[in-house]
Amino acid sequence: MEKMPKWADVALIPLINLAIAFALSALVIWAIGEDPWKAVKMMVSGALGSTYGWGYTLYYATNFLFTGLAVAVAFQASLFNIGGEGQAVLGGLGVALVCLFIPFPHWSVALVFALAGGALFGALWALIPAWLQARRGSHIVITTIMFNFIAASLLNYILVNLLRPAGSMDPASGPFPETTNLPTFHDMLAPLGIAFSKSAPVNISLIIGLVLAVAVYFLLWRTRLGYEIRAFGKSQDASTYAGISVTRITIVAMMISGAIAGMMSINNTMGESERLILNSVEGAGFIGIAVALMGRNHPFGVALAALLFGFLYQGGGELALWTKIPRELITVIQALVILFTGALDNMVRDPLERAFIRRAKRRKQRRQEQPEQGAAG
Amino acid sequence: MDYISILQIFDSAVRLATPLLLACLAGLFSERAGIFDIGLEGKILVSAMFAASVATFTGSVWLGMLAGLMGSLVFSAMHGLASITFRGNQLISGVALNFLASGITVLIAEAWFGLGGRTPGLSGAERFLPIELPFVESFSGVPVLGPLYKELISGHTLLVYVALLMVPVSWFVLYRTRFGLRLRAVGENPAAVDTAGISVVRLRYASMVIAGILCGLAGVYLSTGLGAGFGKEMSAGRGYIALAALIFAKWRPWYALGATMLFGLLEAVANRYQNIDLGGFIVPVQFMQALPYILTVIILAGFVGKAIPPRAGGQPYVKER
Repeated sequence: MEKMPKWADVALIPLINLAIAFALSALVIWAIGEDPWKAVKMMVSGALGSTYGWGYTLYYATNFLFTGLAVAVAFQASLFNIGGEGQAVLGGLGVALVCLFIPFPHWSVALVFALAGGALFGALWALIPAWLQARRGSHIVITTIMFNFIAASLLNYILVNLLRPAGSMDPASGPFPETTNLPTFHDMLAPLGIAFSKSAPVNISLIIGLVLAVAVYFLLWRTRLGYEIRAFGKSQDASTYAGISVTRITIVAMMISGAIAGMMSINNTMGESERLILNSVEGAGFIGIAVALMGRNHPFGVALAALLFGFLYQGGGELALWTKIPRELITVIQALVILFTGALDNMVRDPLERAFIRRAKRRKQRRQEQPEQGAAG
Repeated sequence: MDYISILQIFDSAVRLATPLLLACLAGLFSERAGIFDIGLEGKILVSAMFAASVATFTGSVWLGMLAGLMGSLVFSAMHGLASITFRGNQLISGVALNFLASGITVLIAEAWFGLGGRTPGLSGAERFLPIELPFVESFSGVPVLGPLYKELISGHTLLVYVALLMVPVSWFVLYRTRFGLRLRAVGENPAAVDTAGISVVRLRYASMVIAGILCGLAGVYLSTGLGAGFGKEMSAGRGYIALAALIFAKWRPWYALGATMLFGLLEAVANRYQNIDLGGFIVPVQFMQALPYILTVIILAGFVGKAIPPRAGGQPYVKER
């Protein structure tokens, strides 16, 4: 055997990476003079101790599920889409325009159109960097970073000059009509006799996100396009030789990625704030990078990682509320997770791989020695 | 608009361009050695925080500067560890370090000062103060050149002049020394450098050290020269603009000066005029703020000359076995 067993690759290494990241985070908490154990307990009770906590945890997890899937699809094609943030910002604009200017009879119709609007705007915002990468050789990482900044300025301009209701100082659109308000878990679970916190923002978008995760799985592993995307990601030369068009796959993969990021806005813009605000994405596009890396670019892994980050986000918010640990602790944890699962992966992988190979060799040797012993005895 | 206000805009452009220039040169050394450095932003931020904090504690801007440089160098070392030693993805490492900086600076500043992530305001010897160049007063009577000398050339802090000096120094090091030749070679074809018996790893780490120092100076200037104290997220995307300037400059020192001055000027103009009225057509301030990024995308697209990065950029070097 020349490789590690699969379970070590998909489970053991990410868990070790995560453990290192958490250990360092605990060290940081300890270094700023707080008790890490108490902090963990507070995070667990704040994020998972009540339906209110769960409601927020799942709400954040929904955001990260969308952006994580977006980054993962691009990663499968070996494209590093840092632009999830900007694509989600533009997606929010798409969702808002649909909700503000089309009169809907019912939220279910509104949801379908809002999904389409968010996906369209997000995909178009990803199209330009994708086209530039495919046809002009501009590095997608740099262009998507630039497009994040451009998106922020563009949204700022549109909110301040075009969508802001007259007389309002707040750079935000007016509230969406009531028929576009999505049912929250409180609304959905009440008929079943389950009491769920009324103020928690988790809503039907979570279900949409989970369906999307399954759809992404089917797309990547059960369709021809998905095969082409993954082949392109593994080896560009080989896939070109096999007749896969570089331009087409780059553009298609990025547009799918942008569309998924854009669809995130049904959760935060349509589901939670119910109007378009300036900083609605709140860095979820960037957390998507950590989520995708952590989840090994597989929809199932992404869903688990999104839940983990949802927990961290809500728990971190509780910490900021009750202790002297600022909210930025989450950013530190997020950074350490990206660092250890993404960039320093080989630090854990290389020694582990060697250990596995050594063990396999030894076992093989022993098996060869045994029959000889039997013959001698 | 009169002559003096034009000079004042240019004066402010020079101040605003200085951190961009230092960070851009940092990226230049790093990327010329074949290491993408998205983490300029994070290094600036970390350095700014440590510089302001230590300057507050000790009352000396020089000790602050030392601390800022140390912080930036630690981040550089982490980037080197990830991208050189463990052959990880340099872009991911840079992204991670930016987040790490953005979080940890607030955590530390809050733990030390409890001001919501700020440091107390700096004054006197805790800051780099403007230097009055000689003969300002005696030249001030000279028309045109007198005000130019007084407003634009004189009266900056030490680090502004250091940054400007770094341009010819970088050019000399890169193009006129053996070290520079090897550094550029390692970014184009590391295998050839390795074959010649020169350590790729050592050269790339050297580039990390240089980038760490230059980026550190950018951060120090931000919190102790341009500003008076550290504030949350005070780098405000300057690391990314420096990255943009680097592409704009096509990875060359003198062009870097031009590109960063242009971006500094854009910022100065956007600061001074909210909306610019071009005879009935109003240029919104948001457009001015986005302009550096838009220009970079246009440059990257190759519509205005082609920007070709160092060939081995972003790839970890694996020695043949």
